Amino acid sequence: MSETGVTTNLYDRLGGAAAVDLAVNNFYRKVLVDDRINYFFEGVDMERQAAKQKAFLTFVFGGPNNYTGLDMRKAHTHLVANGLNDSHFDAVVENLGATLRDLGVAEADIAEVAALAETTRNDVLNR
Amino acid sequence: MPTIAFQECTVECAPDETVLDALTRQGLEIPSSCRNGVCQTCLMRATEGKPPRTAQQGLKETLIAQGYFLACMCKPTESLTASLPDEAVVQRVSARVIYREYLNGDILRLRLLPYGAFHYRAGQFLQIRRPDGVIRSYSIASVSEIDSLIELHIRLLPNGSMTTWLHKEVREGDCLEISGASGNCFYLPGAPARNILLVGTGSGLAPLWGIIRSALHEGHQGEIHLYHGSYNVAGLYLESELHALAEHHPQFHYYPCVDEGEGAAHHSGRADKIALAQHKNLSDWQVYLCGHPEMVKSAKRSAFLAGANLTDIYADPFVLSKTP
Repeated sequence: MSETGVTTNLYDRLGGAAAVDLAVNNFYRKVLVDDRINYFFEGVDMERQAAKQKAFLTFVFGGPNNYTGLDMRKAHTHLVANGLNDSHFDAVVENLGATLRDLGVAEADIAEVAALAETTRNDVLNR
Repeated sequence: MPTIAFQECTVECAPDETVLDALTRQGLEIPSSCRNGVCQTCLMRATEGKPPRTAQQGLKETLIAQGYFLACMCKPTESLTASLPDEAVVQRVSARVIYREYLNGDILRLRLLPYGAFHYRAGQFLQIRRPDGVIRSYSIASVSEIDSLIELHIRLLPNGSMTTWLHKEVREGDCLEISGASGNCFYLPGAPARNILLVGTGSGLAPLWGIIRSALHEGHQGEIHLYHGSYNVAGLYLESELHALAEHHPQFHYYPCVDEGEGAAHHSGRADKIALAQHKNLSDWQVYLCGHPEMVKSAKRSAFLAGANLTDIYADPFVLSKTP
């Protein structure tokens, strides 16, 4: 965060916690109607899932976080066993980009978010 | 310096210190994870004192109204008495059965007079404890601002030992032991213009009946749409009362729905399907879902996809106990 400085911080530019609250509903909706990935979300507790997605969005928005990758790994182990792969990860990032585009976020910022999301790929896919 | 009373300890909270830090500094175990107000693992409840609004960001309005807060975000400005969410404040009250009647073939209406203060919000549930120790939860159908007695709607379940006891053995004049009210499915004044969708099956109407009367009593102006579903016409109840309510309050609309049977007076099909087909855009609506767990689960997803935010969807699935 310090390298970009206070005024140009991605998280603040996106709107901070309020933006995460706004984005999480739209993002989760997109994921649930996307037939490429929605079967991974069958039967999960929606509130708990939304809380996890808020944590994920906070991280990829460059917000304050305690991301270590360990929880991300554990949360996806059983999904990887069921076939979760790069194409599904790409679909999630695509939905993330579309969510931000709907909210009027600039393409450069979307690219920055996608780059942060990219850092979680190996944890998500348990590699 | 504000203090935090938790279990048997009282801890001083230093300036700029969070409740989570203050309590863990004393070696107290509070579940936590992100420490940034995101994951909501450190959810606590203030039973005395008011937590700052910044510690309640992202919580359901009904949780906020009950004093819930996130310990990792809470830099208290006043002293608090706090507990973990599952440490229910166990309050036991004795209540006398004043009135009983059948609302339909298998739903019993009980009205109870509590001995001592019993605070609740319409739509919450209480527990009945039978003398042999068996405990079951029932939704409250009355409104404390309107009704002097607590009302419950109890459906007789096949092999339900508690409901059989309540139906067959408990009489007017008997005393029941009840617990304090809990649950997050209730009406909150403060947004009188928002539209409300309610879907209930069977005796899932009980909390909704309370929520609707509470909303109208508070002067709610937005549209209120109730879809009550049952397998057949015999399973519906309070039909004439609900029609009368709709006549007196133009903002309230009532749709009795049955899976089986035809008739001009009823909608044919599952209540949640009919409701969601008639309301395709639920953006900024409040949604209340009560009754059959499968209905609640699928309607929650449909309402969310129709635009309702998860924090505006209040669900009260009736989970059947496995033990008799």
